[in-house]
Amino acid sequence: MIEFDARTTIGEFRLDVSFHVPEVGTTVLFGSSGAGKSTVLALLAGALRPQSGRVVVGAEVFVDTGRAFHLPLEQRHLGWVFQDGRLFPHLTVRQNLEYGLRRRAPLGAAKIGWQRVLDVLGLGALVNRWPRDLSGGERQRVAIGRALLAQPRLLLMDEPLASLDVPRKREILELLASIGAEFSTPIVYVTHSVAELLRLADHVVLLERGRVAAQGPVAEIVGRGDTPLLAARGDAGAIVEAPIAAQYPERGTTMLTLGDAELQIPHVAGDVGRRVRLHVIASDVILATERPRAISVRNVLAATVSRLASRADGAVNVELALAGAHRLLATVTQEAVRELKLAPGLPVFALLKSVAIDAPAGTRLLEMA
Amino acid sequence: MQDPRADGPLLTSSEWQAVGASLVVGARAVAVGLPIAVAVAWLLARKRFPGRTLLDAIVHAPLVLPPVVVGYALLLVFGIQGPIGHWLDATLGTRLAFTSAGASLAAGVVAFPMMVRAIRLALEGIDPGLDLAARSLGARSLDRFFTVTFPLALPGIVAAAIVGFAACLGEFGAVITFAASIPGETQTLPLAIYAALQTPGGEQTALKLALVSLGVAVAALLAADALGRWARRWAAR
Repeated sequence: MIEFDARTTIGEFRLDVSFHVPEVGTTVLFGSSGAGKSTVLALLAGALRPQSGRVVVGAEVFVDTGRAFHLPLEQRHLGWVFQDGRLFPHLTVRQNLEYGLRRRAPLGAAKIGWQRVLDVLGLGALVNRWPRDLSGGERQRVAIGRALLAQPRLLLMDEPLASLDVPRKREILELLASIGAEFSTPIVYVTHSVAELLRLADHVVLLERGRVAAQGPVAEIVGRGDTPLLAARGDAGAIVEAPIAAQYPERGTTMLTLGDAELQIPHVAGDVGRRVRLHVIASDVILATERPRAISVRNVLAATVSRLASRADGAVNVELALAGAHRLLATVTQEAVRELKLAPGLPVFALLKSVAIDAPAGTRLLEMA
Repeated sequence: MQDPRADGPLLTSSEWQAVGASLVVGARAVAVGLPIAVAVAWLLARKRFPGRTLLDAIVHAPLVLPPVVVGYALLLVFGIQGPIGHWLDATLGTRLAFTSAGASLAAGVVAFPMMVRAIRLALEGIDPGLDLAARSLGARSLDRFFTVTFPLALPGIVAAAIVGFAACLGEFGAVITFAASIPGETQTLPLAIYAALQTPGGEQTALKLALVSLGVAVAALLAADALGRWARRWAAR
């Protein structure tokens, strides 16, 4: 468990943030710029001291202002990946990678091994080069490798994709999605990109103006109709994770088990039983109070309205509960709410025009459908 | 500083003495002053502490004071009657005023602000984020200084050493005030040139020593230029 509770003031900016997240998987600190994401990360790392608060990771207390205790940054055993890489310019890639390893894992007692990091991050061909000769994506891969080789109990990432171009972003995002599980290292990841949130998050802490606006498992947070930032966006939607039920490569489709129903999606590679993460955009979900017949949409799912949330633009986000504790979000007009008499508890049918397929958990990113 | 080529075709033994005294005074001043300059530059560039502005002012004072005033101030403090000079004489039997070591002190004090400025510029050119990265990788304070800060500032430190050495070679007022002009000991090149010009028939010696000064200065400038290019390549990678 990562227990974070801190208050501090930096100039005019007041931060009062408290969250508890599991010490497994990836926790995304999400918010617009100025929300306090990087400040929270700096407090967690120990680069800043809170005026009051307590930070505990697993069994180790990092900060307890009640006891005037503050563990120095260099003793927290973290890996910190910065937006700009921050490779040491006077050291080769190999020396950069060894910098943390030598200090944290003497006598070859490395849990996260040299060769494995080189293989997973594809750094083998780079070790004898200088940081100045690397591309942006290569630099960021080296920075991630350097942080991993420092044997961190927690990997901190501060918008590591922000300074990369789109193809590099995609490449590094694929890597990031796999390394947390590959090296069983929990990650705290700061971003303002919804795509990165949807791709990487297991847990989400939504920050707004120095406070926590929402926190919880990603499917719970993203599927809510009233979350700040997320719910008001054009691509607001729900995350559904479901196992593959059957493969029909000849038809170009894959069937997923979704509670007591099946969901047909464009073909996704993977064995039966493998979980796939989907992002179902709210404006792609159509609601009906009766099961429609003779319709081209393949996916019609029985659901129950659980909550209505009005958006600032006049539309209404409808939260839907499906069998198997799955959630969906649908955006409809106020007229539709009146005509269909949408209200919590009403059974409806959700028609899915399309789904964005994220990926089978723990594998590479797939094409968007 | 007797040279085997005494009274050779180029320089006489007393002229060689002046060259030797200059090199010894400059080398010793840089050897002692450079580490202190690194420490002071690091404090001024990286740390915020009470008295920082005062330290900055004291370090830069020799740059704006007439060198003779610096030499006089050194006499007041390090002379036999001065607080530190008296203590050194009483406890260690060491005297600085009117000695070669004293000439180094006088030249070094005048050159010190130039060395600090060069090193401070180099330190301020280093991304402070690298220090944070090193901390996150488990490096403690001294470790970080020697593995990150020092190597990255090295071009600036080398440049500071050359600038400081050249400044020591040329220093006149502070040296003659605090250490006098003792041939073979404190009589550096500029002092020897001045002495030669005061001596009837000394013009030839003065000219030769002036040319030697020019040679040393050009060599120092060339070295500084080469190191500067090396530093820029280093910083760009």
